[in-house]
Amino acid sequence: MAAAVAEDERVSGSSGVTKVLKRPESGAMVAALVIFAWFSFTTDAFATSGGSSTWLLGSSTIGIMAVAVALLMIGGEFDLSAGAMTGFTGLLVGVLTTEYGLNIWVAILVALVLALAVGALNGVLVMKTGLPSFIVTLGTFFVLQGVDLAGTKALIGQVAIQGMSRVPFYDQPRVLFGSALHWGENGSVYASVFWWVAVTAVATWVLMRTRVGNWIFALGGAQGAARQVGVPVFRAKVGLFMTTAAAGWLVGMLTLFRTSTVQSNTGVGQEFIYIICAVVGGCLLTGGYGSAIGAAFGALIYGMVNQGIVYSGWDSNWLRTFLGAMLLGAVLLNEWVRRRAELAR
Amino acid sequence: MNTKRVLGTIGAVLLAGGVLAACSGTGKEEDASGTADSGFTYAVITHSGPGDAFWDRVKSGAEKAGKDYGATVEYNADPDPAKQAQLIDAAVASKSDGIVVSMANPDGLEESVKAAVAAGIPVVTINSGVDRSAEFGAITHIGQSESVAGEAVGERLKSEGLKKAICVIHEAGNVGLEERCKSSAGAFGAMENLQVDGTDDAAVQASVTSKLQADPDVDTVLTLGGQYAVDAVNAVGESGSDAKIATFDLSEDVVSNIEDGKILFAVDQQPYVQGFLGVTTLYLKSVNGNDVGGGQPINSGPAFVTKDNAAQVAEYAAKGTR
Repeated sequence: MAAAVAEDERVSGSSGVTKVLKRPESGAMVAALVIFAWFSFTTDAFATSGGSSTWLLGSSTIGIMAVAVALLMIGGEFDLSAGAMTGFTGLLVGVLTTEYGLNIWVAILVALVLALAVGALNGVLVMKTGLPSFIVTLGTFFVLQGVDLAGTKALIGQVAIQGMSRVPFYDQPRVLFGSALHWGENGSVYASVFWWVAVTAVATWVLMRTRVGNWIFALGGAQGAARQVGVPVFRAKVGLFMTTAAAGWLVGMLTLFRTSTVQSNTGVGQEFIYIICAVVGGCLLTGGYGSAIGAAFGALIYGMVNQGIVYSGWDSNWLRTFLGAMLLGAVLLNEWVRRRAELAR
Repeated sequence: MNTKRVLGTIGAVLLAGGVLAACSGTGKEEDASGTADSGFTYAVITHSGPGDAFWDRVKSGAEKAGKDYGATVEYNADPDPAKQAQLIDAAVASKSDGIVVSMANPDGLEESVKAAVAAGIPVVTINSGVDRSAEFGAITHIGQSESVAGEAVGERLKSEGLKKAICVIHEAGNVGLEERCKSSAGAFGAMENLQVDGTDDAAVQASVTSKLQADPDVDTVLTLGGQYAVDAVNAVGESGSDAKIATFDLSEDVVSNIEDGKILFAVDQQPYVQGFLGVTTLYLKSVNGNDVGGGQPINSGPAFVTKDNAAQVAEYAAKGTR
């Protein structure tokens, strides 16, 4: 695995292209281009306005989570509760409004506060106990999964939110989370796509241009050393866990207001997909290396392959197999591009 | 140096392999079924999880109809309503000649189904979502009302003189399954739900065994899928309980267990019919402008399979079509 090499005046400068290719996200960008070209040429609908709407939408919610998870992974931790969190927050708003008549904006805020609390709990448990975050967040994941099912069932007597669109003022947050801009023949760009771009831009700016970004790289690279040079390790780590929880809340809202429903199994099983997208985008499982844009491209690859297989009309029983092969191919291509860039002079 | 070349080669081979598998994998078009290609493409989009025996029968029925009419049938499924909606959008984008969709969570699919109808694509709903089918603009609904079937099951169990039942829910958060248990309990009386992990048959068996051991009063196990009835048969044997078993949906093993008297009865909603009639309805619309059903839903079941008629059903169950 390559590590970022510090610039040094004794080393001869490399060309601009090589410099770009050395970035962690370069492989994912190339792989995304290859996959886009492949499906555009082999299927009729993939690159049409209507076709691109479907895979952009699919990529966007995964992408928001993948970017947040990438930040956390660069900081050297995992969050397996991120998937269940998307269902948890959506269900919470659905139950509070359809069953208890709480004002919809208040319910949205309550869900955010609770999500942040769970994120903080994850962070505090990891830091105080010294247990691996893999274990701690696996526990939170199971707890949330149970709450999503049992809590929802106990409060509303069924396992899916119904009648959300009849809640008073439903249309106000819907503008923010569930609306779409229409273009072309039957294309729609959903709000979640704009959120995805915004989240990716903010995360990239934080990583590249702020002190907090340096802290995150330091945390994942060498936590002990980071502590010695004055990085507030505890606060930064808890903040990162709260970030993935907040992203989970955002995706929960985006799902709820686009489809007007959430089920108690929503988001379960997605947590590894976020991690996979972050890794395809150049994050290392060991922390200290990666990028937010890369994770966004990783999610784009996942979304494109997922829908591209549908447009290709391949037998859907093999969907997961194709998906796995394509992801492996993307990771290998990724690795190859970066190594070539490292060697180029 | 060498590693990189190897890695690059493996990557290329993997991608190429995926491509080759895709080109030669399904074999649907090359299949000489003796029917001329009618050139229609129908999308079948359900809420099934991967590897579900019931939905495999729906898929087989839909594909058989497609083959008979020389039409291409593309089957896709996702249990998450948001993703299922994206699959419907994808079918609209690729200009399918018709869409068959199962609506376990109609609220989540409303926008996409209405958009498909607005785009002039005929839609047929199957299996679940009967209450909203007409409202969304579908031609008709083909399936079995969960509440009607559930009540029938509850009544039948009650007439057998059974007192206390558990209803085994094999997929957490599945709206249709919850509905079955609710309506069965409504007609039966003392029935409580048991959540199990349907992706792991050993775990299903263990959960039912523990429940039977913990509560000796339970004299009825109602399962909601063929394979789980077989798990329940094993659990009853293991726990030494003498509970009776009834189930929704069939499999080959269920039929043979009914013949052996180990399962009381099964309610067959005839999934093969749902897939086959779904595609048939679209085909009639394509070639003859027919609206089948006259604005009313079409019942694909329930058909009760008991010891009396199990032998006739067995041959089809063995083929994986019932």
